[in-house]
Amino acid sequence: MKTASDFFLSSNIELTPRFSLLTFQGVVPEDVRPGQFVQVKVDDSSTTFLRRPISINSADSATGTLRLLIRRAGDGTNRLCDLRPGAKVNMILPLGNGFSVPDAPSTRALLVGGGVGVAPMMMLGRAMVGKGVKPTFLLAARSESELLLLDEFKTLGDVLVATDDGSCGERCFAHMHSALAQPGSWDRIYCCGPAPMMKGVASAARAIGADCEVSLENMMACGLGACLCCVEKTVRGNVCVCTEGPVFNINELTWE
Amino acid sequence: MGKDIIKPSMAVRIGGMEMRNPVMTASGTFGYGEEFVDFMPLEALGAFIVKGTTLAPREGNPYPRMAETPSGMLNAVGLQNKGVDYFIGHIYGRIKGYDSNLVVNISGSQPEDYAEVARRLATLDGVKAVEVNISCPNVKQGGMAFGTTTAGAEAVTRAVRDVWPRTLIVKLSPNVTDVTEIARAAEGAGADAVSLINTLMGMAVDVERRRPCLSTVTGGLSGPAVRPVAVRMVWQTAKAVKIPVVGLGGIASGRDAIEFMLAGARAIEVGTANFINPAVCADIVEWMRCWCERHGVGDINEIVGEI
Repeated sequence: MKTASDFFLSSNIELTPRFSLLTFQGVVPEDVRPGQFVQVKVDDSSTTFLRRPISINSADSATGTLRLLIRRAGDGTNRLCDLRPGAKVNMILPLGNGFSVPDAPSTRALLVGGGVGVAPMMMLGRAMVGKGVKPTFLLAARSESELLLLDEFKTLGDVLVATDDGSCGERCFAHMHSALAQPGSWDRIYCCGPAPMMKGVASAARAIGADCEVSLENMMACGLGACLCCVEKTVRGNVCVCTEGPVFNINELTWE
Repeated sequence: MGKDIIKPSMAVRIGGMEMRNPVMTASGTFGYGEEFVDFMPLEALGAFIVKGTTLAPREGNPYPRMAETPSGMLNAVGLQNKGVDYFIGHIYGRIKGYDSNLVVNISGSQPEDYAEVARRLATLDGVKAVEVNISCPNVKQGGMAFGTTTAGAEAVTRAVRDVWPRTLIVKLSPNVTDVTEIARAAEGAGADAVSLINTLMGMAVDVERRRPCLSTVTGGLSGPAVRPVAVRMVWQTAKAVKIPVVGLGGIASGRDAIEFMLAGARAIEVGTANFINPAVCADIVEWMRCWCERHGVGDINEIVGEI
């Protein structure tokens, strides 16, 4: 069941000038799945109007803790990143379908996140560890200084890195990383990041014979499947990313 | 003993449709209603109007279809829906049981299409009214074309009236010089009510990419940004026709709803605000009830067109 409820900001850590990690306390539903998102209401902004869809970085219903990793992309996300602890924020959650978490501990899973797209990979990686699957992360950023939550990712699995400027890991975009070059190296690849990167990872996954899921971030109004604004063209026609996604198997999409 | 509290009557009537309160949801902003039941019982609504339905399935326009604008948004969805037969076969059964009035918004590219959709819906007792959309700015053929001339409005209204036995609402476009003459044409052709306004034609440009924000270049503007325009048109129309006027355009609070009713609306529709607060309609009903108590209004119908 979806709810619209108030959360209170308990901490706001500015990871870099562009990215902040916001931790909230509130009623977190038990059934939140990795890859799902929240619709955050932005109060007191004269320039924004709609809620902001933000993917869930971690969620714990027992402690009522919800964590969001937010990139400053415009006035709405700027306002969220500028919130002080104690601020009240209304959110609708949980939304969307989420990733499919593998059951077999032997699954070789590569979790690829680019920029703020690393956000859902934390919760997905943790869910995999809970099922005995050892995830490998491929994290991509412009430079070393923008690699987000690296230490926390390392507690969950192996971490590979790609940076645009080569300041850490391989100097390349994520989809050109050597980890995606060997046929048969992965059973499943999960990806979230900029569209060109996801398209690159999707075609790399096809080339090396791995199953692949991507998380899309089409612009949304409602997040509930009512407005039909966020549609993606799929093999089934136009479908809402907010309800049929945001996670799609690449075989459902009409990329290329 | 304190002062007697008047329990105001909120019920209104549009054509033959009795509503427990004047609050309806605007087509295209409320899905099929079921998307919102986690947040609000649909029984709180006077009526719920579901997504625009056409004779044949429609894929709608390419993405991007939406752009946020100051106090509003542009959309260019383009009537994406699976067609009237899919509605009858797969959706109606799921939503007919809600204890509220189910209204279906219908659209087409020629009067015969509208009539055929209405004729097929007429077999469903649970559809209490149709809202005839002659005002969609986002389709190439038909849509708004019928809503910008008196002859077009009359032709579509008459075609539907001939086959539709229950309440018939005609939804008008604000993209006209004189909305009252279109309203009178619909009234003359047998409409039980008119609803207005549909979205205002608008446009936004992404200045970094130097491209239109919408795939269709232009789209329909909704949200609080359009409200004063809508209030003015409702006021003008209510003075020009004898049938009830349903007011919509940027309503986001009970205050806004009362504003429309004072200006002449018998009922109101809430649209874009559903996206920001999925329980906003229930809040609006409650606020209106409190307003009536505060103003000593025993029956909400008393205030309609007070201005």
